[in-house]
This record gives sequence, structure tokens and C-alpha cells, in this order.
Amino acid sequence: MTQLPGLLDTEAIRKDFPLLDRTVHDGKKIVYLDSAATSQKPRQVLDALNEYYERHNANVHRGVYTVAEEATALYEGARDKIAAFINAPSRNEVIFTKNASESLNLVANMLGWADEPYRVDHDTEIVTTEMEHHSNIVPWQLLSQRTGAKLKWFGITDDGRLDLSNIDEIITEKTKIVTFTLVSNIMGTINPVEKIIRRAQQVGALVCIDASQAAPHMVLDVQALQADFVAFTGHKMVGPTGIGVLWGRQELLEDLPPFLGGGEMIETVSMHSSTYAPAPHKFEAGTPPIAQAVGLGAAVDYLSAIGMEKIYQHEHAITEYAVKRLLEVPDLRIIGPATAEDRGATISFTLGDIHPHDVGQVLDEQGIAVRVGHHCARPVCLRFGIPATTRASFYLYSTPSEVDALVDGLEHVRNFFG
Amino acid sequence: MKLDSMYQEVILDHYKHPHGRGLRDGDAEVHHVNPTCGDEITLRVKYDGETITDVSYEGQGCSISQASASVLNDLLVGKELGEAQKIQETFLELMQSKGQLEPDDAMEEVLEDAVAFAGVSKYPARVKCALLSWMAWKDATAKALSEGKTA
Repeated sequence: MTQLPGLLDTEAIRKDFPLLDRTVHDGKKIVYLDSAATSQKPRQVLDALNEYYERHNANVHRGVYTVAEEATALYEGARDKIAAFINAPSRNEVIFTKNASESLNLVANMLGWADEPYRVDHDTEIVTTEMEHHSNIVPWQLLSQRTGAKLKWFGITDDGRLDLSNIDEIITEKTKIVTFTLVSNIMGTINPVEKIIRRAQQVGALVCIDASQAAPHMVLDVQALQADFVAFTGHKMVGPTGIGVLWGRQELLEDLPPFLGGGEMIETVSMHSSTYAPAPHKFEAGTPPIAQAVGLGAAVDYLSAIGMEKIYQHEHAITEYAVKRLLEVPDLRIIGPATAEDRGATISFTLGDIHPHDVGQVLDEQGIAVRVGHHCARPVCLRFGIPATTRASFYLYSTPSEVDALVDGLEHVRNFFG
Repeated sequence: MKLDSMYQEVILDHYKHPHGRGLRDGDAEVHHVNPTCGDEITLRVKYDGETITDVSYEGQGCSISQASASVLNDLLVGKELGEAQKIQETFLELMQSKGQLEPDDAMEEVLEDAVAFAGVSKYPARVKCALLSWMAWKDATAKALSEGKTA
């Protein structure tokens, strides 16, 4: 077996993930290369979910009975864990949502309904990038359409990096918010946060970072990032589905208006008007995803015990190996950075004229699970003049032999359609 | 191997050597996409009264969607509208059968090469690929007919 420096003990780690042990198509061991879509879940997270439902299930912030107090403590305890995981200055800056899309929509709507100086209106500009997941494009298109604000974006270079050559024209005195992904979900590109934030700060614009593809894979320190909002989702970081996070700077969360109204988010309600609970509860209307938050707490415990820096090193080694091996496949073209530098463990590619759908189907027959399509980042496909890509994405449980299996599988694909 | 049930020889043949590909003069044009995978087709129909004189198309997509458009061109050009509709409905029935329908002789007679897609119906993610051009044809035909009436 290939040994690379920096690898984690995947043999031990994989024992925690029951699904990785299953077989498909008459006994073929699954090779799961779609962690950028969603990660597999370790037993520790599954146990936390079960334990919550079996022992502590009650609604939060309401009952005075024992189990209700336990449920509240577990839910709020999860908030503490997330706050520590991202080095938030205060636990009150951690808002639970249902996913990253909701987090980003929440930011867009806070700004759409805000008073000055935050208000996005027809005299102002919103800046995003061509590299975004649809979830960081569409909410801003909606905001732009509803307010008349102008939507601008950074383009992509041929090697899959953000084109910041015209940064001073894109981010101007009119810019209210700059929103971009830390790591591209389709190309794996890690973006130069500092350069963008410096320019945004010069013009007094807020900065929102989509960290959905970063939080699972590297140290995420919101204080070091210096952004105003950071959004990510739980299910890509070994947590359950149905739980996402929006971190926001405390003074902003105090000033900005709520978006969803309902239970939980109020202080007092009369038929004429209401006052709101302080953040984060102001932004968490209704019964929250309690079990899912508890599960996410267990997920960050799991990741932290291994160490985010070590996870990053592992994935970097796998990426370096995967890029090298994939480039050996005839007719394979990587869409995005073709080296392991400043990129995450998500690699998109095309294979000659063979459509990604067909690539994915033939790989599936060999037990290899990859994502095919435009990956909710259609503007990237348009930019490169392709309808779709095949995407392999790796995580802390991925091994060099799974890279080898992919490369062998692609050879089989070429023969099948050759 | 199970894959062979999807990628029948006849499907791969149509994929590699598509029939009637390219856009030509038509009475109506539609553009359909499959948002889950990015497959796209632009399709035109040409009628002489009730007779289909041409179905021309251009697009990008997987082997299944491309082969299906090629088979459609083979089957429908030259047919009367009523007969073409019957073929379309039969193909739809086959594709929605979730692999449960074993095409009988009568069905084979209607569908000819298109029965090869029976295996595709077992793969829910791919059924839309097979149906893309057929839905586009149905839509284009409705458009051609309504425009014909109002013209």
C-alpha cells in the first residue's frame, strides 16, 4: 500500500464509520469519494443522536422539568462546542440554522431589512464571485432584485483561481457586502481571504465567508479570518443533516433585524408589537434542530480529538497524490488548480468527450461513489465551457488506495466508451 | 454485468453515431434542460400537415440523452402525428416502469430501437436523461400546433 507522509491512521478512523464498511453491487467495497457533497458519520455522532432521543428528548428553553433542562443544556452545550471550534469570542455569536444555505439567506435578509448604515438598497453594491455555490449566488440575486442594489462578481482565472486583478473596481465605496467562498466546492481552490478582506475594510464593506468546504477540513478561526459573518453546514463535517451555523460579530447581531419571526426569538409579544430576544436567539425562530445541534457538537468533538491541523495535512497528502495519479490518466483535464498548493481535497475533472454522467455510472458499477454534474456551481462550468464535471472529494477517512481505485476505475471507463 | 443492461450496444451505437443531429429549418423550437446534471437540448420540429417531416436537434449530454434523441429522430420522422404520440406515450410508459416492465412483442413493434432503453428505467437518476428529447419533442409539437392555428 502507498505510504505518504502526513497520513492519519485511516485504519483506525475507518472503524468509526459504519457505512465505509458496506458493499454495493454484489460485494464490491464502497469507495466513497463524495465527501464534499456530504461526509459519512462516525459512530460517536450516531450514538449522540440516539442517546439524545432515548434519554434527553424534550423541547428547549421551556420546561422546568429534569429532561427539559437536560435537553436545553445539551443544545446550548453544543453551541459552546461550536464556539470553541471556530474560536468565536462569544458563544452568543453562534446561530444555529438548518444548513449553510439558510445561513447565507439569513445574512442577505438581515441586510435587506437593516437600517443604515448596513442597509442594502438601490444605491449600493453587493460583491460575490463566479466561483460560488448557488447558495452564495441566488440569495444575493434575490436581494439585488428586491432592493435594486447592483450585483458584481470576481471572475475566475484559467487555472481556477479568483481573478482579483480588478479588485479596486469590483469592491468600491458603494459596496455594502462582499461574500465569497473560502474553499470552492467544485474546484477545491482555497481563496486568498486576506487580500479581499483588506480591500473590503478599506471601503467599509461587510464581509461574509462561506466556509462550508473549509470548516470540515482545516482550522477555522473566525477571529483570524477577520470576517463579519461565517457560514457553514454540519453534514459535511461528520455531523447530521439539518444543522448549519452562522457566526456573526456580536455588535452586528445586536444591530441587525431578525428575519424569521416566531417562538423562541422574542422577549415580549402583544397584538401590536413585539420585542426580541438577544442574539443568537433573535435569529432562531421556532423549535430548533435540537438533536442535530447535539450531533454537530459530537462531530466537532470527534474532529477536534483527531486535530484539524492533522486532518488538513492528511488531506493535503492525499490531494498531492491524487493530482499526480489523475494527471497520468490520458485525456483527463483537471478543472481548477492542477497542483496541491492552496487547494483542498476536492478535484473536478473531465475525461475526454465522455460525459460525467457516464463516467459516474461506470464508476458506480465498481463501487466508486463520485459526484457528477455542475455541483450547484453552474457558473464555473459555463466559465470553462463544459456542461459538467466528475468530482472526487476526499476526507479524513480517505486512503491512497482509494485514489488508486479511482484511477483504475477511470481506465475502465475509457475502455468501456473507447 | 448490470451495466450492459443500461448501455445496450444499440444505445452506444446511437451515441457514437447520432442520427439526424444538427439544427435545421423547423416550425417551432424549444430548449430543454435537465437541471440536476446540466444536460441540454435544443430541438426543432417540422410538419407538413399532420406528417412529421423533420426533428432536428443539438445539445450536450450523456450517452443516454444523446442516444435517445438519435432514436427519436429515427422513429418519429415520417410518421403521422397520432402515431408519433402513441410512440412517445409508449416510451414514457417504459421509462417510468422502474425496470418492472418486460417489453412484449407489441411494444417492441412500436418502439423498435427504443426498447433498448428498458434497462435505463431501473436507474431513477438516468430516466430523465432518456426522456429529455422526448419531452422536448412533445413541447415543440404543442408549440408548432398552437402557432399553426393562430397563424
